[in-house]
Amino acid sequence: MYEASRAHVPDKPDCTEEESRHMTKGFIYSIAAASLVLAGSAVAAPVAPDDVKFVDMTVAESLTGQPGDPKAGRETFANRKKGNCLACHANSEMSEQLFHGEVGPTLDGVADRWTPEQLRAIVVNSKQVLGEQTIMPGFYTMHVGDRVAEKFVGKTILTAQEVEDVVAYLTTLKEQ
Amino acid sequence: MAKIMKINVLSAALFGAGMTAVVMTAPAFAEEGVKLVIDGEELTTEVAPQEGNPLDPVRSGWTFRSEETQALETDDFENPGFPLVDYGEELWNTADGSTGKSCASCHGDASESMKGVRASMPKWNKEKNTLFTLEDYINLSREEHQGAKPWKWESQEMLGMTAYIGLQSRGMPVNVSIDGPAKEWFEKGKKMYYTRYGQLDLACAQCHEDNQGTMIRADHLSQGQINGFPTYRFKWSGLGSIHRRFKGCMDNIRAEPFKRGSDEFTALELYVAWRGQGLSVETPAVRN
Ligand code: HEC
Ligand code: HEC
Repeated sequence: MYEASRAHVPDKPDCTEEESRHMTKGFIYSIAAASLVLAGSAVAAPVAPDDVKFVDMTVAESLTGQPGDPKAGRETFANRKKGNCLACHANSEMSEQLFHGEVGPTLDGVADRWTPEQLRAIVVNSKQVLGEQTIMPGFYTMHVGDRVAEKFVGKTILTAQEVEDVVAYLTTLKEQ
Repeated sequence: MAKIMKINVLSAALFGAGMTAVVMTAPAFAEEGVKLVIDGEELTTEVAPQEGNPLDPVRSGWTFRSEETQALETDDFENPGFPLVDYGEELWNTADGSTGKSCASCHGDASESMKGVRASMPKWNKEKNTLFTLEDYINLSREEHQGAKPWKWESQEMLGMTAYIGLQSRGMPVNVSIDGPAKEWFEKGKKMYYTRYGQLDLACAQCHEDNQGTMIRADHLSQGQINGFPTYRFKWSGLGSIHRRFKGCMDNIRAEPFKRGSDEFTALELYVAWRGQGLSVETPAVRN
């Protein structure tokens, strides 16, 4: 129904340059990640957005190799310039915040419905799990719309660590 | 004024810049089926869709606003858009440019000559062979008939004049033509309406069609109709054009907006106007 979203940004003159620089970076990241796994080391550079692996609607590994911080995640969730999740979702755990949106489902008990690996996949790129037509933005993806504003070109809405923090926070939202 | 300030802080932009105000009262939504009556005249705020229009019913943005905001539009003395309408009337009667003519010199009484004009905009201009907005017609007259400089799109002069001319159609049904060469522009506007833009990857239709009537943070999502423009918005503390509103929505989804007066926004304006076919012109409407 909607015009398919395009990867990257079509009508910026420096698009190809930007894109190839990005791909190079992604390539380096994956080599780095691979060799670190081989070496059995703990800390890796964050997985680049285009290299995140979705398997059966899950993203199994932490994007940073580090656990998320639920307290920081709670703040990122509410922050209007970061997650801004309350724009669309109600969340009783955050009742001190006024005006919860109702575009999406309430997130009360969301950790009872989804595993951490599924929640990570939803936050990274909701379309992979909720379907291509979803209104929910992908927070760590380069598959964005046309004419991205200049200051956001080549950037994700959240950083890899912010995604991990939000996911850690979501896993605390249990009802049972 | 205090009332206006209170409502002002309720507006919240999605991923907007610097919305930090905390509000203590929840917006009270108007009941369904409340009538918009201005000066004893009832306006059409809900109407059955014409063929091909996915909206059913077609609803004015007024029906989605809080009772306080709604009330301001029912009384021209309280409507904060009216000082600029008065300025527009003054400009209508003021001579300008190398010919020393005013709008009134050629068009006489606006309440007769401008009646219905807003309702049919944007409109195909045969002579110029392109689609014209009301702003384009005003600047054509300034340059070619008055010998005056064109006004900037978002200037107080242009807003005053579009509001004054728009008011002459208040209560008349929106009725744009998409026949002939305008059809191509209509199709282009339609395509834009369903295109996902920006870092948030969203199309107009995802908010204003699929999610109309739901709350997006503190804002009640309407159908995004343009029958009330130029509209007084608390957030703007003044009147703003249709293209300013389009730009605002594109900014919110972190997209690079098209320019005001561009072919793209003009095509989008035709398509969005058509989606509101049959609604009364409400110029100048009041929104948060
Ligand atoms: C513009 C609207 C919007 C924003 C912003 C948004 N979401 Fe969503 N989200 C949705 C919708 C709508 C759904 C339901 C699936 C659908 O209809 O596509 C959803 C579904 C979900 C789900 C699955 C919930 C369930 O119970 O099935 C999770 C988890 C979620 N969102 C988390 C988040 C988080 C975390 C953020 C912020 C970082 C966020 N969302 C921001 C609209 C949004
Ligand atoms: C993320 C959601 C979202 C998207 C996408 C969006 N808008 Fe909006 N729009 C809003 C909100 C919120 C408002 C203010 C409340 C209302 O009137 O619906 C608004 C208001 C409007 C209004 C003013 C309505 C009135 O009654 O005064 C118009 C016109 C409009 N939008 C057109 C558009 C167009 C055209 C697009 C696509 C370029 C678009 N919008 C994309 C959220 C959105």
